[in-house]
Amino acid sequence: MDRLRRLFLAPGAAFLLLFFLAPLAIVLVYSFQTRGVYGGVSLPFTGSNYVRLFDSLYAGIFLRTLMMAGAATVGCLLMGFPLALFIAGAEPKRRNLYLQLVMLPFWTSFLVRTYAWMFLLRDTGLINSALQGMGLIHDPLPLLYNDGAVFIGLVYGYLPFVVLPLYATLERIDKSLIEAAADLGSTPWRTMTRVIIPLCVPGLRAAGLLVFIPCLGAYLTPDLLGGGKTVMAGNLIQNQFTTARDWPFGSAVSLALMALSMVLLALWMRDGRDGEGSAL
Amino acid sequence: MAVVLELRRVSKHFASQIAVNDVSFQIERGAFYALLGPSGCGKTTTLRLIAGFEDATSGDILLNGERINDLRPYHRPVSTVFQNYALFPHLTAQENVEFGLRQQGVEGAELTRRVGEAFELVHLRGKEDRRPSQLSGGEKQRVALARSLVLRPEVLLLDEPLSALDPNLRKQVRAELRALQRQVGTTFVFVTHDQEEALSLSDQIALMHDGRLEQTGTPEDLYVRPKTRFVASFLGAVNWVRGVGVRPEVTRISRTTPVAGVRSLTGVVANSTFFGNCLHVETRLDGGDSMVAEVARVDADYRPGEQVHMWWHAHDEIAGLAE
Repeated sequence: MDRLRRLFLAPGAAFLLLFFLAPLAIVLVYSFQTRGVYGGVSLPFTGSNYVRLFDSLYAGIFLRTLMMAGAATVGCLLMGFPLALFIAGAEPKRRNLYLQLVMLPFWTSFLVRTYAWMFLLRDTGLINSALQGMGLIHDPLPLLYNDGAVFIGLVYGYLPFVVLPLYATLERIDKSLIEAAADLGSTPWRTMTRVIIPLCVPGLRAAGLLVFIPCLGAYLTPDLLGGGKTVMAGNLIQNQFTTARDWPFGSAVSLALMALSMVLLALWMRDGRDGEGSAL
Repeated sequence: MAVVLELRRVSKHFASQIAVNDVSFQIERGAFYALLGPSGCGKTTTLRLIAGFEDATSGDILLNGERINDLRPYHRPVSTVFQNYALFPHLTAQENVEFGLRQQGVEGAELTRRVGEAFELVHLRGKEDRRPSQLSGGEKQRVALARSLVLRPEVLLLDEPLSALDPNLRKQVRAELRALQRQVGTTFVFVTHDQEEALSLSDQIALMHDGRLEQTGTPEDLYVRPKTRFVASFLGAVNWVRGVGVRPEVTRISRTTPVAGVRSLTGVVANSTFFGNCLHVETRLDGGDSMVAEVARVDADYRPGEQVHMWWHAHDEIAGLAE
């Protein structure tokens, strides 16, 4: 039986070994090499790529990435929690419909949806045209190619990833706990803050993680909606491998981003265990 | 005695059924009151109407003479012990018991004192810092009781308080619950489907069936003087012979002709079932009906096929029932 079980592991393990660990090893080796003249890498081995990360320019990009990912996470949680609450509170027949609506965007390419945001936000886009048409503004509002546009794009893209785990958490909460809180004199608002939200802490953690980590590596959204001004770590990596033709430094940035994600993940999980189920 | 809780012609209609149908009763202050009935009879809905978790479709619910239909659950001075106890899993036992008092703004020394008293009352001193997941079923129930009683409710509502406990514990907890009620003097209203539980625990019983109130009264009233055949049968076994009911424990069996002045029928022993402290001897009567007599173990030598007399006193008959 044990041998059979190990056999089940084989396909997945072989795949990851070949297509995840091996490329990662290559990236690791690259990151310690020197930039080739026409891209690629050459000898000698050096640690200078990692020293360069601490240059204020690059450190600034990492800080910016962290802040943007953090803001998008908070935005997603603030919008996703009430939405999940609404769906979990709906009558069972309606719930599936709402959940399907939440997942509906997945039926379309993320790229196409991001372009759609450009059409909405640009100077001659739907929002500006409408506002101008109503005479509310004269000159178009600068909605596209800035931090705000990237924030909107990230929140939009990752909102479903927050709603689904939060819905699953809320839906599992025993209804009698909510009745018990009311029975003990707790108004609906206090039941929310003292019972429902504390019980959702594990779900909020999971949901936050599902947004924060991918946002750290976001590339497409800042590239299209930030218009090159809002550079995040993902754009830096892409830039190094293409325009700058500095594969070793690009590799170092990739690994640094990965290391950062893992450190934050470890802190997040440890924090989760310490405060598990604690009251607000 | 003063009436603390009264239901006047209360009904609750759900989309597909009438859960509670024109129910009226009064509960006296300090009573241990049972809402008894088979599952689906509306007893739990009635409890939830009193707690405020459901809104009555019609009728009045009065607490100390005041109509409370429109009060939200968090404004009603009643408290519920839930069937699954519904303890907050993210809080310790102590924080669970403090929960309601904090909502009322009780803090500091008074909070500590009252919570301490509550733990004392339910004999849970030393378990204050446990989480619900670290407590046994019986302990969870006691935390739930403490959490409600610490608020000094006008009426304590208990939904099937013993059903989640394992059977060996049930009799012990039953006695403890009764003692606790006597000690605090709070009016207890508890829902149960177990007639033995209702008979042994309560001062008054309201027996429900299909959303309607069948009969209210003391356990003895209902057991000895049931008004309907349903009440008689629900509270215990009955032999229905010749239009009257005779309970097995007042049915006698003998080989010789019974003395004059008693009711008697003849028949043949069909089988007997051993219950430890007694036996049930089932007899096929000459008319074709069957009748069970509960007999002591010492005179349990009735063999199947034996000719016997089944007899009882007229005053033990259950008669004059509405259908």
